[in-house]
Amino acid sequence: MKVSKEEIMHIANLASLTLQENEVEEYLKNLQEIIDFADIVNKANVDDLDITIGANEAKNVFRKDEIINFKNTESLLQNAPSKEKNMFKIPKIIN
Amino acid sequence: MDITELTVHEQQEKLKNKEITVNEILKAYLDRINDKEKDVQAFVTILEEDAKNKAKEIQQKIDNGEEKNSLAGIPIGIKDNICTEGIKTTCSSKMLENFISPYDATVMEKLKEQNIINLGKLNMDEFAMGGSTEHSYFKVTKNPWNLNKVPGGSSGGSAAAVAANLVPWALGSDTGGSIRQPASFCGVVGLKPTYGLVSRYGLVAFASSLDQIGPITKDVKDSAILLNIIAGKDPKDATSVDKEKKDYVKALKNNVKGLRIGVPKEFFKEGINEEVKQALEEAIEKYKELGAKVEEFSLDIAKYSLATYYIIACAEASSNLGRFDGIRYTYRTNEFKDLKDLYKKTRSEGFGKEVKRRIILGTYVLSSGYYDAYYKKAQKVRTLVMNEFNKAFEKYDVILTPTSPTVAFDIGSKTNNPLEMYLADICTVSVNIAGLPGISIPCKVDKEGMPIGMQLIGNKFSEETILNAAYTYEQSIKFREKYKPTFKK
Repeated sequence: MKVSKEEIMHIANLASLTLQENEVEEYLKNLQEIIDFADIVNKANVDDLDITIGANEAKNVFRKDEIINFKNTESLLQNAPSKEKNMFKIPKIIN
Repeated sequence: MDITELTVHEQQEKLKNKEITVNEILKAYLDRINDKEKDVQAFVTILEEDAKNKAKEIQQKIDNGEEKNSLAGIPIGIKDNICTEGIKTTCSSKMLENFISPYDATVMEKLKEQNIINLGKLNMDEFAMGGSTEHSYFKVTKNPWNLNKVPGGSSGGSAAAVAANLVPWALGSDTGGSIRQPASFCGVVGLKPTYGLVSRYGLVAFASSLDQIGPITKDVKDSAILLNIIAGKDPKDATSVDKEKKDYVKALKNNVKGLRIGVPKEFFKEGINEEVKQALEEAIEKYKELGAKVEEFSLDIAKYSLATYYIIACAEASSNLGRFDGIRYTYRTNEFKDLKDLYKKTRSEGFGKEVKRRIILGTYVLSSGYYDAYYKKAQKVRTLVMNEFNKAFEKYDVILTPTSPTVAFDIGSKTNNPLEMYLADICTVSVNIAGLPGISIPCKVDKEGMPIGMQLIGNKFSEETILNAAYTYEQSIKFREKYKPTFKK
């Protein structure tokens, strides 16, 4: 499948990435090469097979719904790029 | 006696007999790091003071007869994508350069219970994406056998540190070969356990359906000892499996008589270096001498597996790495117009090239119009790969392949060609796709003195079988007695 420049810009936007003008060509070339290689999956005879999601058999894993409070708030907040009192500070999102 | 030359079980024995102390062990490693780290560049963080304090504490307990753990005071190195409370966990990324984990990964809790001392965090390809440790934001780790070569990756810091005697053993993580391939390149032992045997809680997620934590060690017995510590069901990881506790050291019987070994001929064809092939053929002969039943068979899945791997791993990564948005994990861009702009700038500045490449590929195969053609197809091929392995394990106990098609390559030789770099994973990825255990052990060195690794693959939860097979071979060839890293430039 041929990937266009518009497409890779669209994909980058979906992934919340900005590609510089001089980077686009390189990423496009890389993606095209890898996609061409990955196309081999379309040659495998898998029509009758189910999909596999995880490495182990898919079954529900249950445990008791017990509340364990994480008390070390300080240690969480030390990773905040911006904070105020006991809160992560983020830019205004509603105008 | 150079303490750093010893395996962990040898150190353990000497501690027990009071021939050495915990402080002496630590001092030996710190001296070694002082001498060799400038050449190898394996560490992101060295915990010298921390380790000294703990060693003192533990030695006192031993002197007072209060210490019950026979591994207490043995140091370890930890790949920098495994969370360590109060200590930086960077994933070798600018994005997490200052990230300090608020909690310990489950494997770290288990090591602490044994009073094993964390000596430092080890370099890796950024977010474990790569096969050479050249994709670290901080530094390029060098191969101790030749400093112009890569150590492999992504657990390159872990493998190089063990090979260079900077730590006695280390933890790595393996999503497509990231424990086994660097172990192979650095002439050490790397074990990727069955998916679900070891808790992933606190391992920074790359591809959650493929990731596993495992040991990188000097020999097979140390690998079994470390697996004994880290294996087990964890309520915090729903994909960890509840199995009866095993003693993997007891599985090492030094006997492979009657063991059925299958050799998939496709893994020895195109792209496999001649010397690697020859070394593996010698290993096969050795197994025959030792009484194993070796047979060639067809397992034509390598190329499908590699394509499937890059589709699934990148798809999962594009989702897992969505959390790094400039809100919660330390790095945030300086200037931004609005929230979307903050996300985009933070991610574009914080992630390196290879990580962005994989996020783009992953987003592409998950996007509308391509989901069915790539992602869904890859999930079906995953079933195919599992079925093929299941068939093989009806006939064989162990599958034997090279770990990597080549020995360690020159630093810089593949960084401009991502696809070529990906092809280096061709022997290892199918093991992750199928969730199987695999171990890499060194066979010999090539003409230039670079180690060649052999991979033994087992059926699910048959770590005992592959560990014993690896151990028996190791005891008969004695790689460590014959070859040592030269640090040549």
